[in-house]
Amino acid sequence: MDALDLIQRQIQWNRLIAVVEEQAQTMIRTAFSTTVREAGDLSAGIFDLQGRMLAQAVTGTPGHVNSMMESVGHFLAKFPAATMQPGDHYITNDPWLGTGHLHDLTVVTPAFHEGRMVGLFANTAHIIDIGGLGMGPEGRSVFEEGLYIPIVKCFDRGAPNETFFDFIRAGSRTPVELEGDIYSLCACNDAGARRLTEMMAEYRMEGLDELAAFIFDASLKATVAEIAKLPPGTHRAEIRSDGYEAPVTLKAAMTIGADAITVDFAGTSGLSTRGINVPAAYSRAYSCFGIKCVVAPEIPNNWASLAPFRMEIPEGCILNAPRPYPVSVRHVVGQLLPDLMMGCLAGAVPDRVNAEGASALWNPPLRGGSQVSGQAAETEDFEVITFNSGGTGARPGKDGLDGIAFPSGVRTMPVEATENVAPVIFWRKELRPDSGGAGRTRGGFGQVMEIGAKGDAEFAVNAIFDRVANPPAGRFGGGQGAAGWVGLDDAAGTVLRTKGFQVIPKGRHLLLKLPGGGGMGDPAARDPALVAQDVADGLLTREAAKRDYGWEG
Amino acid sequence: MVSDARLAADIGGTFTDVALEALVAEDHRQRWTAKVLTTPHAPELGVLEGVRAVLAKAGLAAADVALMIHGTTLATNALIERKGARTALLTTEGFRDVLALGNESRYDQYDLNIELPRPLVPRKWRLPVPERLDNTGKVLRPLDEAALRALVPLLKDEGIEALAVGFLHAFVNPVHERRAAAILAEALPGVPVSLSSEVSPEMREWERFSTTVANAYVQPLMASYLGRLEAGLRAMGMAAPLFLMLSGGGLTTVATAARFPIRLVESGPAGGAIFSAHVARQRGWEKVLSFDMGGTTAKVCLIDGFSPQASRSFEVARVGRFRKGSGLPLRIPVIEMVEIGAGGGSLAHLDGMGRIQVGPESAGADPGPACYGRGGTQPAVTDANLLLGRYDPESFAGGSLRLDVAAAEGAMARAVGAGLGLEAGMAALGVVEVVDENMANAARVHAIESAKSYEGRAIIAFGGGGPVHGCRVAEKIGVNRILVPSGAGVGSAIGFLRAPVGYEVVKSLYTRFARFDLAGVNALLAAMSEEATRTVAEGSFGAPTQETRIAYMRYVGQGHEIAVALPVRELGPEDVAAIRAAYDREYARFYDRPVPGSDVEVLSFAVTVATVVDTAEPVAEPHDAPAPAPIRVQRVRDTATGAVADWAIYDRAAMPPGCRVAGPCIVAEAETSTLVGPGWQCRVDGLGYLELEHA
Repeated sequence: MDALDLIQRQIQWNRLIAVVEEQAQTMIRTAFSTTVREAGDLSAGIFDLQGRMLAQAVTGTPGHVNSMMESVGHFLAKFPAATMQPGDHYITNDPWLGTGHLHDLTVVTPAFHEGRMVGLFANTAHIIDIGGLGMGPEGRSVFEEGLYIPIVKCFDRGAPNETFFDFIRAGSRTPVELEGDIYSLCACNDAGARRLTEMMAEYRMEGLDELAAFIFDASLKATVAEIAKLPPGTHRAEIRSDGYEAPVTLKAAMTIGADAITVDFAGTSGLSTRGINVPAAYSRAYSCFGIKCVVAPEIPNNWASLAPFRMEIPEGCILNAPRPYPVSVRHVVGQLLPDLMMGCLAGAVPDRVNAEGASALWNPPLRGGSQVSGQAAETEDFEVITFNSGGTGARPGKDGLDGIAFPSGVRTMPVEATENVAPVIFWRKELRPDSGGAGRTRGGFGQVMEIGAKGDAEFAVNAIFDRVANPPAGRFGGGQGAAGWVGLDDAAGTVLRTKGFQVIPKGRHLLLKLPGGGGMGDPAARDPALVAQDVADGLLTREAAKRDYGWEG
Repeated sequence: MVSDARLAADIGGTFTDVALEALVAEDHRQRWTAKVLTTPHAPELGVLEGVRAVLAKAGLAAADVALMIHGTTLATNALIERKGARTALLTTEGFRDVLALGNESRYDQYDLNIELPRPLVPRKWRLPVPERLDNTGKVLRPLDEAALRALVPLLKDEGIEALAVGFLHAFVNPVHERRAAAILAEALPGVPVSLSSEVSPEMREWERFSTTVANAYVQPLMASYLGRLEAGLRAMGMAAPLFLMLSGGGLTTVATAARFPIRLVESGPAGGAIFSAHVARQRGWEKVLSFDMGGTTAKVCLIDGFSPQASRSFEVARVGRFRKGSGLPLRIPVIEMVEIGAGGGSLAHLDGMGRIQVGPESAGADPGPACYGRGGTQPAVTDANLLLGRYDPESFAGGSLRLDVAAAEGAMARAVGAGLGLEAGMAALGVVEVVDENMANAARVHAIESAKSYEGRAIIAFGGGGPVHGCRVAEKIGVNRILVPSGAGVGSAIGFLRAPVGYEVVKSLYTRFARFDLAGVNALLAAMSEEATRTVAEGSFGAPTQETRIAYMRYVGQGHEIAVALPVRELGPEDVAAIRAAYDREYARFYDRPVPGSDVEVLSFAVTVATVVDTAEPVAEPHDAPAPAPIRVQRVRDTATGAVADWAIYDRAAMPPGCRVAGPCIVAEAETSTLVGPGWQCRVDGLGYLELEHA
């Protein structure tokens, strides 16, 4: 390759990354579901004709990292590239062919240049309703969890598949939003394809093969070089999740080799009867994300940069759920996987990992009106969800982050906006004192949330919370983060279950105490000025400061 | 004869630019400019020095000035450097940490060591007060006045210098905020109070409180600065009124600026955009991209119909390499633009994959790029341009700085060339291609976010780097026309002279088209119009004004609004359908597919009242004139092909209107160089501007 080619390949790689970012932006700007447009729960990428991912937008959802990447191969298996036409769009929400639950729609679109198909664009988004029981753990099979869309064409050479759209509209509580989101998914793939064609014309490219080879070669070499910097060996870790009917143990043995990292999940608990099971692609996604944050955070995601991370997940364990096990809220277990990966990596590179954090999002799906109270309902019918986070784990050189999502990258919605779309009142949403695990660097603080219906009417929560019986662990002498708590605001402090549908009686509020992150290192080694600042800020009570840090101020 | 002398001063990070315009004959307006070093410890000193310098050049006295317009980065710097007032926030009980929680996300997904912006007010001064309204403004819990009064001793003990009040849903009903302000004013006389319902009356508590707190934080500083500046100008003998440039592109009085200083944060860049808009108007170009590339950043801004695009959200003091989401959110009227870390001083290196990366780290003015010979060892974009042969080392910056080619070569070879096996010239090409691509990508994203395209658009290039990089950026985004105006080095100050006296009021009022609240909307618009007109009247001196009204609309369920213009009169039932139709047109224009069956909702309204000042006389097409001979030739490497050839160098000052030169060539002047790439033609228009066109 001559010097100019080398430079132009680099520019074209940059351009592809810009193209998929643009694709994702188009989705965010046109989407109807709050989960996409407010929270950023989506993903976008470009693929070669073999279904290998060339570039992916950096969005709010590590859970889509590998899972969307794998899905394009499934589309091509059913609809070979040779049969695809300009203007076609293909769709699925199959948890095992897409990104792990029915609420994620994946749309794949062939891209053409000068009459020939040159690649594919794919895009995944979390939509607000797909019928069935709704977002929650209560289903006992995937069939109860919503409308199941196999891989089908939703647009055929530019014309909508009206039969498909009829089914979609009939099967959702929010038909207009669902249809609008599908249009938006297609529009954003089109936007990507347009930009790709422009680039290919500018550089007189006939196909993507040479560029793909360049990207894969550079990415693989760089990833392997980062792996080679780690001391080889095998490290084990274990985490307990509260589970639904029984606690869940997640176990991993990570082997760092010369040019690959292999994780064996043998010893992990079996399947649950409820929707906290995780399809394998989603397990691979969050595991990969956890490793990549530590080992190779700068290297863009593509087929080659993810290839050196290999997961061996035994069949029948909760991290490799087969169809038709329920999987609706697979995030509540899946989002603990980065903590598990860092637990392994702590043995190899202790100065580069965090303590455990709240990790799983605390998203209360709230429902009220006749679907909860029947004819006694005192409010209009509503269905609303907000995304909220506890504290992240302490970092080697810095405290954890307070009330910030990790590993998920989604955003929360303003309370004022939520109160405008549903008759709910948030009475409290602020940091939770004494919740950050003590340490030389401390864990991030969790939050306290108190939520009622307007007029203190009866309503319900479909709980999906974790880290209540099993708080986030500290590392290297750091203390645990505070455990989560779910209950009522009554004087008795009535406790609710952490998972499942429960009614909040008239006159009462739902009280959530989100977990704090674990601490790192000996608390006695913490800078007393920082302890004093937390006390002054009301985030650390004097008693806790004295108990945990020996503070005498 | 001297009359109508208008003076503009723009304080930037390094230089304070002053421009003066006056009628020197019946139909001839002349401009004088001055550039002096900014004086950070007392910025008014630099302004006064610049004013004296420019008056001396023009042979005018301070008393001859009819109007002075000023823009400053002082508020921005105070926010970046955290040097504002000791500020407290009084807020709804249960919501003490709105500023700390933000949107609960990380702007970088993979960086475990991410640093989030620290709130301007520490938690110990974020003080909860019992009170609560619902989303309709109904009182759920009355304001606990005793609890509020009980906080006063703490505020005194802590030496609080500025107060912000932010209550939930106060933008719907300000009753509790106003009562709190009255109590605080009585208990703490002399401490300024900023209310969220006045500073930024819009939904979304984080953005509103953040804006309110930022306003309070810079208020004492700005009030004192403006006082000193006014006193200095008066002492000099100037009697002219002083106006301040707003981030949204209008001008306002000192009194309004002192109340809402946060509206001044982006005044310099706003001046640049108005400069571009004026140039576009002079040429009658309806669709342009303003491209301002300086030493550390590049700013791009879409301008349609001679008006820069308005926006209501902005981020200041970004902590994460200019990353979106790493700054403090502000909801104020601003000119919509994208600023990225790409300037002459941006530094280049290789990442782990051997990819060339440029910026956002910058060499700054000191030590500067390696070729400045002041100890810089890392290659900057300026070094790359030098190695491509684009600058003459002897005559850079008017010959004031002799460039060191060997130093640039060494730095480029070490940081970029060695790792890729490239000699310095090709490494330099790579660096310039990457920075041009970065700017082109920023421009593409800006267009997507603004729902606009580059088809049929021209670029107006200015700043030190704009004319150098304009051609290649244009090629990358598919633009084939570029204009390089004169006076490009003090563009922002000149822009101030073209800005109208104006004020924008934004208010939230939720309504759906299916049951449009005509009476409510009419009442709101009338009140907003009255407020904007009253504010403008303080400074318009009876000049004619123009009003515009905008509704921010979206399909029910969507998250991003589209601005739709409304007629400036009371709306009737027949208007509702017309507005809805206008929305569908706007939506389909960009997003291809309108969405069937969806209702449309309005979230908020904006009313702007502004004086009509910017008119541009039509300029006669110049007759063809012969081109001057090149002053020399230089060996220049073309970044699109890598080919090295002799390029002619022309002296801009010697090029008369109507003359043409063909690319590849370079048109040199003291402040910058205009690169005319292969395939481009350059013509001097009737205004003396360089017009580049691609065949």
